[in-house]
Amino acid sequence: MTNDIILETRDLTKHYGGVHALQGANFTLRKGEHVAIMGDNGAGKSTFVRQITGVEQRTRGDVIFDGKPVHFENPMDARNAGIETVFQTLALADQLDVPDNLFLGRELVKFKLGPFSILDYKAMRERTMGALEKTGVKIPNIRGTIERMSGGQRQCVAIARTATFHSKLTIMDEPTAALGVQETAQVENIIRTLKEAGEPLILISHNMRQVMDLCDRIVVFRRGRICANLDIKNNDITGEDVVAYITGAKTQPEYADAA
Amino acid sequence: MSETSHGIGGLSFDAKKRAWPNEMNVFIALIAIIVIFEILGQVLPYMKGQSLLFDFNTNRDGTILNMVRLKIIILQVSIIGIIAIGSTQVIISGGIDLSPGSIVGLTAMVAMSFAQTALVNGNPNPKAIFGEAWMDLPVIVPIVVAIAVGTFAGLVNGLLVAYTRIPPFIATLGMMVAARGAAKWWSKGQPISFPTEPFGAIGNGMSGWSPVVIFIGLAILFHFILKYTVYGKHTYAIGSNEDAARMSGIKVDRHKVLVYTIAGILAGLSALVLASKNLTAQAGMGVMYELDAIAMTVIGGVSLAGGRGSIVGTVLGALIFGVIISGFTYLRLDAYYQEMVKGVIIVAAVVLDQWRRQRAAARA
Ligand SMILES: Nc1ncnc2c1ncn2[C@@H]1O[C@H](COP(=O)(O)OP(=O)(O)OP(=O)(O)O)[C@@H](O)[C@H]1O
Ligand SMILES: [Mg+2]
Repeated sequence: MTNDIILETRDLTKHYGGVHALQGANFTLRKGEHVAIMGDNGAGKSTFVRQITGVEQRTRGDVIFDGKPVHFENPMDARNAGIETVFQTLALADQLDVPDNLFLGRELVKFKLGPFSILDYKAMRERTMGALEKTGVKIPNIRGTIERMSGGQRQCVAIARTATFHSKLTIMDEPTAALGVQETAQVENIIRTLKEAGEPLILISHNMRQVMDLCDRIVVFRRGRICANLDIKNNDITGEDVVAYITGAKTQPEYADAA
Repeated sequence: MSETSHGIGGLSFDAKKRAWPNEMNVFIALIAIIVIFEILGQVLPYMKGQSLLFDFNTNRDGTILNMVRLKIIILQVSIIGIIAIGSTQVIISGGIDLSPGSIVGLTAMVAMSFAQTALVNGNPNPKAIFGEAWMDLPVIVPIVVAIAVGTFAGLVNGLLVAYTRIPPFIATLGMMVAARGAAKWWSKGQPISFPTEPFGAIGNGMSGWSPVVIFIGLAILFHFILKYTVYGKHTYAIGSNEDAARMSGIKVDRHKVLVYTIAGILAGLSALVLASKNLTAQAGMGVMYELDAIAMTVIGGVSLAGGRGSIVGTVLGALIFGVIISGFTYLRLDAYYQEMVKGVIIVAAVVLDQWRRQRAAARA
């Protein structure tokens, strides 16, 4: 049973000085599973993601990814290991175009020469077009710079970036927070594509309908602790139940110390 | 601008289409400034219909261009232009470098010390720095020394900027002061002169065009590097959004060290050409060059906020700079006006850049 677990955290904890942003998080994710993380603002959701993806170094605890304990030094390490992340603050370079951003930090090169390796623009453009087609993202002109795009288009570029590269795990931190109806639908389609491809996902979202539609399970964070683990596919759990856990009206017995 | 892009199955994209390049605007500005000078030449009574760039009457070399003035325009911006190639990269990466002028002074002094000839008109070199054993060295020695001094100074800048929290403005200001001090200390303020013949050829060869050739050659090289290599892409990415660059796995600190080191090397090369051209080195060489170099880049459309600009723009910016200086001489205006107008142009270019950025931000 253990070998179908793609990600596990044990006692994952992060303190910022006196701020206990994340406390003893025990979390598991199975291969192919789509799990939502919910919780109020400041509950520690993004902090949890940052400890897994090497953006920050954890105070204590273990992260076991794909069967091995890991300790990523930086986001690139995590990405090389197969974790693709859409961060809450978009990691896009405004003055660069779509292919540049998709391949930022992992450019395709024609000719290797250390930092002076020659870029393969054509291959990057073609793969970008492929990725956009695959994900159904509409961008009028991929060679326009990001700064000329709407917030929704930017978000789509950031998400297309994670979908371009085959990954063992995708993490999205509030990917549709700033999006209109159509763009949200596009992003949700990308997420369904991932589900069909059997790629596991951690989705942080405040959107109850979206989470209910897309995910197998909801993990609720409250004040830095996990307070519920809800199997929404197999149990009859309503939005009101989830809200009760988020606000603290309810706590699952096994997480009683989190209350 | 992309109304005509074609759609495939509801998707519309167009791989070919590019926005109107900003360099085009700079080029138009260059032409406009030339036209203004030409018109003034025709209109101002005391100019008696003279032309800035053309030479209709005395067609000495078979062209209608005034080759003498054209050469002066390009030559006078070449040496600072070499520095500006480095400044362009630093500014695109979101930094600033105030030290190249002083690095020029220091490098010129040190390199010239290894370029001296033992006998001047049969007499011992009156400005000798080292003993005879260190004279009449092959020209490669001062070249390597110049590159080494530039590399060292640039490396220190880069390490300070990348690994301490000192803002680039302050870190390179420190280098500006320190390198100038080192240049004065090197020979206790004495000029160093009388280089070997091959050394003199670096800045005077090819019938005086060699600074231009070196400038343009380096510009082409770095244009290619910025546009077509990973180094270039990461330089833009860091200037555009440093956090995004870091999150994307770019080794931002290491990259900055490289950018400032390259700027230092270019300042060293500029010093080499300058010392050779003048056949002497003085501790005061290169004062304020960094500001002229920054002005060229800003006029050429490089954004002081980072992420935007190009070597082509900077070369055009350098030409605008050169045309204005020559234009003022040609209109027989005082040098004071030159300085003042230079100041106005720099501020205007920065205002223009800010305005452009605000418009881009408003669109988003
Ligand atoms: N770098 C930091 N230094 C100090 N405190 C921090 C830092 N980052 C986050 N925090 C604190 O940690 C707590 C958790 O923050 P986090 O960003 O994980 O919240 P979140 O659950 O993602 O909220 P949101 O839904 O608003 O995105 C907050 O109280 C926040 O103020
Ligand atoms: Mg968050």
